[in-house]
Amino acid sequence: MANIISDETIEYVGILAKLELSEDEKEKAKKDMADMLDYIDQLNNLDTSDVEPMSHVFPVQNVFREDVVTNGNQREDLLANAPSEHEGQFVVPKTVE
Amino acid sequence: MNITDYTAVELARKIKAGEIKVIEAVDAVLEQIEALEDSYHSYVTVDAEGARKAALEVQEKIDQGILTGPLAGVPIAVKDNICTSGLKTTCSSKILYNFVPPYDADVVDRLKAEGMVIVGKTNMDEFAMGSTTETSAFGETKNPWNPDHVPGGSSGGSCSAVAAQEAICALGSDTGGSIRQPSSFCGVTGIKPTYGTISRYGLIAYGSSLDQIGPIAKDVTDCAVMLSVLAGHDPKDSTSVQREDYDFASALVDDVKGMRIGMPRGYYGEGLDPEVKQAIFAAAEQLKAKGAVVEEFDLGLVDYAIPAYYVIASAEASSNLARFDGVKYGYRTEEYEGLHNMYKKTRSEGFGPEVKRRIMLGSFVLSSGYYDAYYLKALRTKALIKKEFDKAFERYDMILAPAAPTTAPRLGESLKNPLQMYLGDIYTISVNLAGLPGISVPCGVDSKGLPIGMQLIGDCFQEKKLIQAAYSFEQTRPYVKCPGAVIER
Amino acid sequence: MKEYETVIGLEVHVELATKTKIFCSCSTEFGGAPNTHTCPVCTGMPGSLPVLNKKVVEYAIAVGLATNCEITRNGKFDRKNYFYPDNPQNYQISQLYLPICRNGHVDIETEKGKKSIGIHEIHMEEDAGKLIHDDWMDCSLVDFNRSGVPLIEIVSEPDMRSADEVIAYLEKLRMVIQYLGASDCKLQEGSMRADVNLSVREVGSEKFGTRTEMKNLNSFRAISRAIEGERNRQIDLLESGEPVIQETRRWDDNKEYSYAMRSKEDAQDYRYFPEPDLVPVVISEEWLESIRAQQPEFRDAKMERYRQEYGIPDYDIEILTEYKKMADLFEETIALGKKPKEVSNWLMVETMRLLKENNQTPQDLTFSPEHLAGVITLVEEGKINRNTAKEVFEEVFYHDVDPVSYVEEKGLGMVSDDGELRSVIEEIVKNNPQSVEDYHNGKKKAVGFLVGQTMKAMKGKADPAKVNVILQEFLG
Repeated sequence: MANIISDETIEYVGILAKLELSEDEKEKAKKDMADMLDYIDQLNNLDTSDVEPMSHVFPVQNVFREDVVTNGNQREDLLANAPSEHEGQFVVPKTVE
Repeated sequence: MNITDYTAVELARKIKAGEIKVIEAVDAVLEQIEALEDSYHSYVTVDAEGARKAALEVQEKIDQGILTGPLAGVPIAVKDNICTSGLKTTCSSKILYNFVPPYDADVVDRLKAEGMVIVGKTNMDEFAMGSTTETSAFGETKNPWNPDHVPGGSSGGSCSAVAAQEAICALGSDTGGSIRQPSSFCGVTGIKPTYGTISRYGLIAYGSSLDQIGPIAKDVTDCAVMLSVLAGHDPKDSTSVQREDYDFASALVDDVKGMRIGMPRGYYGEGLDPEVKQAIFAAAEQLKAKGAVVEEFDLGLVDYAIPAYYVIASAEASSNLARFDGVKYGYRTEEYEGLHNMYKKTRSEGFGPEVKRRIMLGSFVLSSGYYDAYYLKALRTKALIKKEFDKAFERYDMILAPAAPTTAPRLGESLKNPLQMYLGDIYTISVNLAGLPGISVPCGVDSKGLPIGMQLIGDCFQEKKLIQAAYSFEQTRPYVKCPGAVIER
Repeated sequence: MKEYETVIGLEVHVELATKTKIFCSCSTEFGGAPNTHTCPVCTGMPGSLPVLNKKVVEYAIAVGLATNCEITRNGKFDRKNYFYPDNPQNYQISQLYLPICRNGHVDIETEKGKKSIGIHEIHMEEDAGKLIHDDWMDCSLVDFNRSGVPLIEIVSEPDMRSADEVIAYLEKLRMVIQYLGASDCKLQEGSMRADVNLSVREVGSEKFGTRTEMKNLNSFRAISRAIEGERNRQIDLLESGEPVIQETRRWDDNKEYSYAMRSKEDAQDYRYFPEPDLVPVVISEEWLESIRAQQPEFRDAKMERYRQEYGIPDYDIEILTEYKKMADLFEETIALGKKPKEVSNWLMVETMRLLKENNQTPQDLTFSPEHLAGVITLVEEGKINRNTAKEVFEEVFYHDVDPVSYVEEKGLGMVSDDGELRSVIEEIVKNNPQSVEDYHNGKKKAVGFLVGQTMKAMKGKADPAKVNVILQEFLG
């Protein structure tokens, strides 16, 4: 079964992933994604109907922190890499109209 | 013998004995870098000044008897996806071209505490996505054995640095083979430990459920000793495991008598380069001669590992890499209109094609209507693959496999067909899916003069068995120095 | 026009009262300068990893138990992916597939009697940072101090039919949660936030209509008005034959209208998947029992006990038990040996008056039961009179001073030396012959004037009862 990725799908995934592709890139992305999905579709040959999805390989569980404040003010360090900063805050384009 | 010819353990011993000063070791490495970096481009950042400063501090502590560890004073290279406080960490991506972490990764804390000296940050495939180190935004790394060939990837810079003696040893990371495959291409040794053995805190994530940091060095001894330094439970990483035994060096024993080693038939069929196959079979003979029981067997589901891996890794990556948005650090596009345009332009300009390809795929497989069909299906496949390994390890102490189907390809060949490149990960990827440890050890050189590596895969937490077998094998075939590491002094 | 029924479900976010954030050891305290309560984890620095705060799990379980939920024994966290600058990783760690609590309910009082409101689930998640919009610079500023503050989201079933029911349900949740100490649940300050899912359908219809979700409701008044406004908007649409669109709307309480928050860039496809950086939360029977054992006495039980133990009026009980903080103060002060009615009076009258003056609720009380008891003792022992006591209590209320030392320092104690008092009274009787005569002529009220004069001369530091007795002596 061959997957066909439509312009709408690439557009939609671009919105989700916040990627803006040029026309050339879009064409290539359509093909690459379709190829990959065709390849991935071979997983359908495998009967997994009674298999639990495994997200963690090991049965590690209940890893907690105690509720104790140990972090101090690290603002200067954390803002040092900001592309745009103003009075201790990160600056972004306006989020409201 | 040059200083950079020593293994890490040998060098540390000389330093401890006062025969070599730490600064001399660092300078020797910097000299190699100076002479060879133009040819191989192993590094994104070389920190000569920082390394020299650290060398003096470490020397003082060694002299005072404060630093007494087996690797104190050894210069090391760190892959550029591992955070180093005050030292640029780029993941070989334009989007992090200027990122200077305000903190050290847990492994970096550990190696600094040991008294190791970081000489620089090594080149890699952008965000560790790739098998050639050609997807780096800062130019490809070349294989020191033959600069027309790739060093492998994604830890290509670390492996080429060790092979070219631009570092005594290095840190890599392995999500689908990124330590083992380039180690094999560069003729060095690398370990991908059991998931959870080395803290991921400070490792810039690609596929969080698959990523592990590991050592890369000239020989098994160095890797085992490094592993003891790097491993340990870290409360900052919830997936970190508390192990009972961190003394990996005690497994450096030349004895494989009675060890049961399985060779999956499916790994030695079509697609495997005959010279690689021959070298691995020859290695198997060596192990047999030393008393190991080596036999072929059928490992199930071999063909399903790559599709399952690319679904899981891409999905996790699409989420892990969402934070690179031009707000908090790294690159932000010059001109934009409004927030979403800023996001899109920043990310489109900041990420390279391979990263974008995987983010797109990962976003798609998680999107509404496809999650069950792709993502959950892949997680179910992963469970089955793990079961296949469990079955294998009921019969065998370890699995002997190639690290890659071929020796290092020529530059520029692999990226033409991404899917073809992904298929090259067939022997390494399932190990990450199942969280298993794997070691890649040089076992030959092909007719083109390129190194061949073999891989030993163990059950969870069985690194010591792997180290023992690899060490025993190594006794039959001592380290072969890369001809490209020779410089005029 | 047809008759319509409003169907309402609520998504209530509650900020938990932990000291640290859900996934890092940064303080959750309010009011720090921007980004001073942040670290690599809650600012989404590359390579940072989350570690779960145990207390968050315990609070979530406690709320679940108090709302009759089933507790998920094997829970997980998931990532909810969406881009927004207040969300540093561009994903929020939340719970979709295995929320910690499910299938609960709370009972509310309605006009028609008791009604059970179903709770679909309660899940744990992290709060976002704060965006401040700067018109001058034409940009927004991001402060991550709130980023990573623990939240529980309580999702109700669509069981409510009116604004009154919604408010009764919210009051009930607030009551239960503040009794648990899991949150102070302040709508205005955002520690409790309600999103309203609302649809309308013809009366008698079994099928639900298309619902909208309304956000930005930060008072009960706003919630009532928004429900009314949205109900009317949807009915108008249906009446004119237009469809209701499933969407998120933002309520503007000043304009009394909601606005669609639609955008082309809002795909509303959150691509949830299991958070690989966190491990499962497995809740043992033992752990569950220990949390169950720590559940406090809730309001209904407390009210019943007060009726039986303290013999105070129902009106007092209502007010005293509305906030656990108040009830605790009441009980602790009684435990120090004070009379229930006397303690109740101080809390009901003076305390409530001062809270009202300062626009506060009993949760903001800072004084100790010892100091309230101290004021009561000073009055009981006749060391200060009631007027002085009120003055002293204000100091206790604002600064939690020790009333005994305060009275001493300020010299507010009553004059117990009869000699001084007698000479003052003698003087006053002498200087007010008219009043004395009036008294003897049967105008008993004249005594009041003389007592007042005496208190004035004594600067209030006299026991009025004693003044009365001595005056009677002089007046014969």
